[in-house]
Amino acid sequence: MAKLSQLKLRGWRPKLRTETATSDPRAEDEAQGISRRSFLAWSGAVGGAVALVSVADLGMPLTRTEAAAASGTPGGMLGADKTVWNACLANCQSRCPLQLQVKDGTVVRVLADSTGSDEFGDFNIRACVRGRTQRQRIYSPDRIKKPMRRTGERGGGQWEEISWEEAFDTIASEMKRVRDTYGNEALWYHYGSGSTGGNITKRGTWPRLLNTYGGYLGQYGDYSTAQITAAYPYHYGGWVSSNSLEDAKNSRLQVMFGNNPLETRMSGGGELAVVQKTRREYGVRTIVIDPRYSETAVDVSDEWVALRPGTDAALVAGLIHEILAQNMQDQAFLDTYCVGFDEATLPKEAEPNSSYRSYIEGKGPDGVEKSPEWAADITGVPADQIRRLAREIAGAKPAAITQGWGPQRSANGENASRAIFTLAAVTGNIGIAGGGTGAREGNYSIPVKAFPLFDGETPPVTTQISCFNWIDAINRGPEMTALKDGVRGKDKLDVGIKLMVVNASNTLINQHNDIHVTQETLRDDSKCEFIVVIDHQWTPSCDWGDIVLPSTTNFEEIDLIPGASCSDMGWAIYGDKAIEPLYDTKTGYEMCTEIARRLGIEQEFTQGRTQEQWRDWLYEETRSIEPDFPTKEEHAAMGVFRKKNPAGHVVALKDFREDPEAFPLLTPSGKIEIYSQQLAEMSKTWVFEGDRAGDKLTALPEHIDTWEGALDARDSKYPLQCIGHHYKGRTHSSYANLAWLKEAHPQMLWMNPIDAAARGIKNDDIVYVFNNRGKVRTQARVTPRIAPGVVSLPQGAWYQPNHNKVDIGGNVNTLTKYHPSPLAKGNPAHTTLVDVEKV
Amino acid sequence: MTQDKVELGEKLGFYFDQTACTGCKACQIACKDKHDLPLGVNWRRVVEYSGGTWRQEGNTFTPNVFTYYTSISCNHCENPVCMQVCPTTAMSVREDGTVWVDEDKCVGCRYCEWACPYSAPQFNAESGHMSKCDLCFDYRQEGNDPACVSACPSRALDWGPIDELRAKYGDNAAVAPLPDPSITNPHLVITPHRDAQAWDSGTGDIANPKEI
Repeated sequence: MAKLSQLKLRGWRPKLRTETATSDPRAEDEAQGISRRSFLAWSGAVGGAVALVSVADLGMPLTRTEAAAASGTPGGMLGADKTVWNACLANCQSRCPLQLQVKDGTVVRVLADSTGSDEFGDFNIRACVRGRTQRQRIYSPDRIKKPMRRTGERGGGQWEEISWEEAFDTIASEMKRVRDTYGNEALWYHYGSGSTGGNITKRGTWPRLLNTYGGYLGQYGDYSTAQITAAYPYHYGGWVSSNSLEDAKNSRLQVMFGNNPLETRMSGGGELAVVQKTRREYGVRTIVIDPRYSETAVDVSDEWVALRPGTDAALVAGLIHEILAQNMQDQAFLDTYCVGFDEATLPKEAEPNSSYRSYIEGKGPDGVEKSPEWAADITGVPADQIRRLAREIAGAKPAAITQGWGPQRSANGENASRAIFTLAAVTGNIGIAGGGTGAREGNYSIPVKAFPLFDGETPPVTTQISCFNWIDAINRGPEMTALKDGVRGKDKLDVGIKLMVVNASNTLINQHNDIHVTQETLRDDSKCEFIVVIDHQWTPSCDWGDIVLPSTTNFEEIDLIPGASCSDMGWAIYGDKAIEPLYDTKTGYEMCTEIARRLGIEQEFTQGRTQEQWRDWLYEETRSIEPDFPTKEEHAAMGVFRKKNPAGHVVALKDFREDPEAFPLLTPSGKIEIYSQQLAEMSKTWVFEGDRAGDKLTALPEHIDTWEGALDARDSKYPLQCIGHHYKGRTHSSYANLAWLKEAHPQMLWMNPIDAAARGIKNDDIVYVFNNRGKVRTQARVTPRIAPGVVSLPQGAWYQPNHNKVDIGGNVNTLTKYHPSPLAKGNPAHTTLVDVEKV
Repeated sequence: MTQDKVELGEKLGFYFDQTACTGCKACQIACKDKHDLPLGVNWRRVVEYSGGTWRQEGNTFTPNVFTYYTSISCNHCENPVCMQVCPTTAMSVREDGTVWVDEDKCVGCRYCEWACPYSAPQFNAESGHMSKCDLCFDYRQEGNDPACVSACPSRALDWGPIDELRAKYGDNAAVAPLPDPSITNPHLVITPHRDAQAWDSGTGDIANPKEI
């Protein structure tokens, strides 16, 4: 790294400006390619319209005070033809309004929200770095311009342009053929989140088309939250949030397990703003527990607790051991509201010594006391620190304990999430102001009507598999069962997936674990017989389509866009069309209408409405539920409609806390089930075989030493635990291809100096990251901000194999394992062992 | 050259709240979007400064580390060395205190880039001239904040007459890894991060040298 002395000698000046700006290892290949290509594209796109402003007229500029008085005007470029509201729709669960300035039919500048203030409930929703890069995305050289059809083998990279007519005819006839041959359950709408924030522009048009055509194999869970989502019903009876982060103003202590809103919810009108303002104004003491010194830890924490990935349940056990030793547990809460913390509250079917207390005290089947020393060995957190933390967490009344979704995105993340719930119960913080459930924080939202994915109460097909399990469903669909593979709605599948619609999704390749397994599965087109990919950027997933359709961006169509996560502020954004569709692109609604016509279901699909008329309908429906919601015309004028949580702050399970008899949970006992009899029974019947042998379900939220876990690393050929944190320069894989963002946030491997020194690696060295599944080439960020023995390759970089099958794009899924988690059958993204060497 | 020197005015500058910055670079990109800057030209940049050590005992570890960011553009210095070294008098201080490069005079020799301890003037290969932050002259003219200031999701940036900024936020611009402020007297005020170190006694490293 550059030392201060060097700094003074050389200045902290960047490299020569004529060099390529990206420090991506691909730079060699792209120094000319990317830079020049995008540069030329830019010049072409914007022409001379926005050349540097002339400063020849040097009148005295206004001062800050005068400028502030003008707040509320979008400002921006003089001479633009119009300024149009729309939003960034990527799946970060912030939802930032954008104002696009248009001149001569071209977007020439992208401005943030200019309404609202810096006050809770009225935040000026300032877009993050990604939203502000929108212009590069709209005019990206990766835009798909024409419908394409593969001509060689699938994945072989040979394509021809086809007409829309031919594309629609082919897709309609393939849908008909597959449905007639295999039935509706052979159709699959692929998981993805590329336009998750939209409404009509969301991914809903294609599911509606498929549902109108008789339905498709359903899916449960998602790649973000599968394990915690699966754990909720057994623990809390269904999805619960924790309290809102704004409610932390009422807390004496905030404890965040793997919760990192300052990176994962980066909007200046989202949870970043709430957390920063709450911290600034109320000074709530904050402990962040994370293998990385995250931006949340950097900005708002008083203490960073570094632990090994996948060991949260062990840390919680060690904490609770100390809490019990100090008799600081809220025993009245545990006795009244919980099942199975103590022997006395176990269900009658349970074996003796199967309570959580017995587990902690070493009286359970494993006979191991979960002392702080035991936890220290596994987690890496020293026993003394665990004792101190335990006393602090138990002593702070109330304490807001939350978890992000990183801890649960692991090989037994179901148990990790339930363990953190249990800490909230042991400390009696559930259902009270300033407390929390140990879940992810809650948010208020305006109930904006959603574009309907189907008409009626349920979709026509109710059979489901885990969203992550589709590889199995392609390879061995009819062998998949409820007990082995988590099939829901049927004991077993009758047919595998034969046709995939992959819309605004890069999960076909990039965002799914073990890319090489995925490729081999897709390559054989006798398994999944037809794949259509719809996107506006040519992602790595497009490479594996049979037909690829070019869609508009949301800036080329209209919508009513709901807000997302901002604690106790809800909002909705007017989605206006900034420019006409570029190239030969179409909206999802137009594509699906055309296919519906060929399938003879146009009327059912459209209900006689145009996209504009659907939007009018969304406004009508929303206003019937939410009378103070603006009309379309009012919304168009204001851009953003905000509303404060009428209930004040989200306080999860408040009713249950106040009256557990009147407001029981939906668990069998009506209580919080720290011991789940349902899971106890399922643990005897669910089947784990093949490479999943050894996986297990447990009635208690026990720590499990899993495959490629923290202990496995100690004697593994690949001794480093690899996680893939959410990166500031992209939302999952959205925006990952844009030159400005690759310059600002190049892909890199985070690595502790101790591990780096042992391998002779210095900051910015080019390294290989590898295991028995794959090999990635990237640059090293040697940083003390990550625990020893842990590396992080931020997820979402676009897969880019070179001729040696080395992924020089730096995609973490070149390394991750396809191994569904035991209960959720979810994505264990952060359970991966690797080693690293200098190139 | 004399006609372009400061005669009166506001002495405009920037304020940066280091306690709020997350290193997201929305400021950098908003600037880039506003000024149509090519790759490699970033009038505003964000430097990450990290350091500290880990203690390992048995299978446990304890961090004693720090990290903080500094978002930096041209500081429109009181004593702009870029102007002093410019052989063609292209660099000047305007009456509002901002340092401005006249591209009609600039020959792109890059001496100012070399001399500026903040690397504020940047060579634009497209134009063949130096380019730099003008504190969004046109935005200010219309009564709006500079693009970077209004972009910051963390509200970490502010701007205005440096005297007002100093009255409001203090007078610290001497934070590592920035250079000795006495070199140029930058119109810059920083509220330091809790772990910030003084410019002359920093123990950390710039984590992202290639990004700045």
